[in-house]
Amino acid sequence: MSLKTEELVLNMGPQHPSTHGVLRLELTLEGEIIKEVKTHIGYLHRCFEKHAEVMTYPQVIPYVDRIDYLSSMGNEFGYVITVEKLLGIEVPERVHFIRVIMAELQRIASHLVALGTYGVDIGAFTPFLFCFRDREKILSLFEMTCGARLLYNYMWVGGLSHDLHPNFVTQTKEFVKYFRPKVVELNDLLTNNQIFIDRTVNVGILPPETAINYGVSGPNLRASGVKWDIRKIEPYAVYDRFDFEIPVGKGKIGTVGDCWDRYDIRILEMEQSLRIIEQALEQLPDGDVSSAIPRRIRPPVGHAYGRVENSRGEVGYFIISNGTANPFRVKVRAPSFINLGILNELCKGHLVADIVAIIGSIDIVLGEVDR
Amino acid sequence: MMGYFKKGWIALKTIFIGMKVTFKHLFVPAVTIQYPDVKLQLPERERNRLYVNMDDCIGCYQCARACPADCIIIETVKAIPGENLGQTSNGKRKALWVTKFDIDLAKCCYCQLCVFPCPTECIYMTDVYEFSEYYRENLIYDYVTLTPAEREEKKINFANHEKEKAAAKAAAAQKKDSETKKDEKKP
Amino acid sequence: MIYNFLLKITGSSIAASFIQSLLPLFLFILPFALFAVLAERKVSAHMQDRLGPMRVGYHGILQTIADILKLLQKEDIVPHDTDKSFFNLAPIIVFVGSYAVFAAIPFSGAFIGANLNLGLFYIIAVSGFVVVGILMAGWSSNNKYSLLGAMRSAAQIISYEIPTILVVVTIIMITGTLNLYTLSEMQTSSFWNWIIFGGPVWGISKFLFIPLMILDFLIIYISTLAEVNRTPFDIPEAESELVAGYHTEYSGMKFAIFFLSEYANMFAVSAIIAAIFFGGFQSPFGYLGNTLGLPWLIPIEQFFWFTAKGLFFVFVQIWLRWTLPRLRVDQLMAVCWKYLIPFAVVDLFLVGLITVL
Repeated sequence: MSLKTEELVLNMGPQHPSTHGVLRLELTLEGEIIKEVKTHIGYLHRCFEKHAEVMTYPQVIPYVDRIDYLSSMGNEFGYVITVEKLLGIEVPERVHFIRVIMAELQRIASHLVALGTYGVDIGAFTPFLFCFRDREKILSLFEMTCGARLLYNYMWVGGLSHDLHPNFVTQTKEFVKYFRPKVVELNDLLTNNQIFIDRTVNVGILPPETAINYGVSGPNLRASGVKWDIRKIEPYAVYDRFDFEIPVGKGKIGTVGDCWDRYDIRILEMEQSLRIIEQALEQLPDGDVSSAIPRRIRPPVGHAYGRVENSRGEVGYFIISNGTANPFRVKVRAPSFINLGILNELCKGHLVADIVAIIGSIDIVLGEVDR
Repeated sequence: MMGYFKKGWIALKTIFIGMKVTFKHLFVPAVTIQYPDVKLQLPERERNRLYVNMDDCIGCYQCARACPADCIIIETVKAIPGENLGQTSNGKRKALWVTKFDIDLAKCCYCQLCVFPCPTECIYMTDVYEFSEYYRENLIYDYVTLTPAEREEKKINFANHEKEKAAAKAAAAQKKDSETKKDEKKP
Repeated sequence: MIYNFLLKITGSSIAASFIQSLLPLFLFILPFALFAVLAERKVSAHMQDRLGPMRVGYHGILQTIADILKLLQKEDIVPHDTDKSFFNLAPIIVFVGSYAVFAAIPFSGAFIGANLNLGLFYIIAVSGFVVVGILMAGWSSNNKYSLLGAMRSAAQIISYEIPTILVVVTIIMITGTLNLYTLSEMQTSSFWNWIIFGGPVWGISKFLFIPLMILDFLIIYISTLAEVNRTPFDIPEAESELVAGYHTEYSGMKFAIFFLSEYANMFAVSAIIAAIFFGGFQSPFGYLGNTLGLPWLIPIEQFFWFTAKGLFFVFVQIWLRWTLPRLRVDQLMAVCWKYLIPFAVVDLFLVGLITVL
């Protein structure tokens, strides 16, 4: 005699403490094992791409900030180098170096949020506050430079809005010195904790071929063993002058491509970012950051695609210009949107409690998913 | 078998290491401040509430054009000849009465794009961030320093001036018309 | 002693025993719960480099009173389609299960609620009430998530009672009594006589017991942590997965009762561990009353030591909560059945062997 079992459809609704935003998941469960996950997105759609068609090129930059509000510098970077490609202008060296420093600081800040909130999802509340305490230091560095803590409007087409504050270099060097032991502390508290390891090892394994087929990029791809980083493959700004490594998931504990690997990759990337910042601060040249900013931005008719390595993956901008002061089309290739596609693959066969661990490890930001 | 004991031992060890970290932090002084009693000193480039110094505004619309959120609404009225509006602080002569300069701070995205194009640097961002209101209409800030009566007066003056100019033009055209008619009639 | 005192005042033994058993509730648990909520918030805040409640009273001392007042005046929301009697009864049963334990705990040499010879047995039996209350709460909330939380909690509590019982049996083998009062009395005069250091009997067996007792202490600490639903075993009230588990739908005073019973339970298990392993109300080195020649000082000192040990273990529970992540449900069960129970059984066997030889 066999029991008739029914599948349970559970809704992890748009309001849930651990879906990292307004994401709706429709889970089809058999007991506690997941059979299928359907994602329903669009709760945060703000019509960015349509909006960009009626604004001028400099006016688009505050909107670009708000796509991925946790790593705005990366978004601005992508947009700005694409428009510069369209216009065909060269920016001074100092601008390149400062952009790299800002982007790497932003990468550290964004990874701190990812790691902290991942800890909260798993149940450890203390690392979250430690990560945010360190992030405050980065945000005050940004505040000193451009006046805003989260949405900067700092990188402009052809340069930057402000030059560095006189105290910036000293304070950043202090921050680098302050932050290194904090990473060790975070490792003690969370990464090497046996309970955390039990929760994340062998959960949500992403094989490299699947990752490439789905178009996953960023730390998720590197955690599966694929050594792909746009900063090394197609260096933009002055990344080819720095000596840094690309951490790749090796399956130190558990299999390659599980949640622990994705978590560990972010910690290793933070350390590499510190290296880049140190080198950039050493090599920072003098110059005028606003000398190449054009008075009028009217690109010739054509299109360009520019991409950068943001904290969540590859942000790509495809801009079509029709010769006027407003872009004809700005298309954003948002990394979180594409990374979210693997959720169904990863969750099959796991328990409900693992969904939370898996979503947290993919590190999505709903602003990017919905734009 | 050994893996079983090892796992238990490692679990206990990592738990104790974690506990040591949190215990050390019990004695670290707090990094937070008690906000309403103690306020942070903000850096000089801080971007908070906008302020417009109307004495310097020449009504050129650059800030309204630069705003990505369309939150600045400006209306200007040309001055009638003979009126002296004075000069801005960097020597420019003003030629327009600004009768409406509303910034809807609820729409403003604090991006600072309006500050840079201003030729007289009269619009800038201050470090005031505690300006919340109970009603959304109260967040539409009106920066013009003229009283409503004065604004009406300027508009009426300009309208009258335009009417006079139009009347004078019509009269001049009529006179020219009648002169040519007279000229036609002459021979 | 307090019983005799009350008997003198009231003249009837029923009234005296009634008041005597109510004393721990009003004089101790309620103030303790107020204190424990505040302590948890302040300790967790300082561990996270921040300050915790600061505005109500000096450095936030009166915060819990403000919380209680807030909970008292909240609307009592009852979900729509439920069994109202179960819904209303659940918090009371959970509270009874947590509070009735205090009857058998020796607060000091002069006061114990009920000097049962079956002390520990009674405690373990009565704390099983909590399971019934939780299941009732989860079921009558008419909420899928609450039901999940309640089921998990029931499974957890029942499983983790087994290592507890095994450790208690080990203690019986060493000391021969279940009465917590006698257990505490046995561990007199210095900390070397505490059971965690092998017990008051000298000899080679005492030194052999020490590692076994330390292992037993760890086992019972972990399993009582699971019985109280504290991290790392707080799946039933996991905030990030099930909002608040079995007490999601409760508001106002009923929620306050759940809260209160959790903290009372925390102290109860800490007190039991202190009584069994660490000498209960005995001080680790003589009594000030003895040296000063004031015999009436001794019960007060004993009360002080008892509370200090209990509070220390409560502090360790709070410390663990804010350090460790949460275990998943199947790992929780694995820890119990695959790790704690085998170790407890082996421990029991070894202790038995040593006692016999």
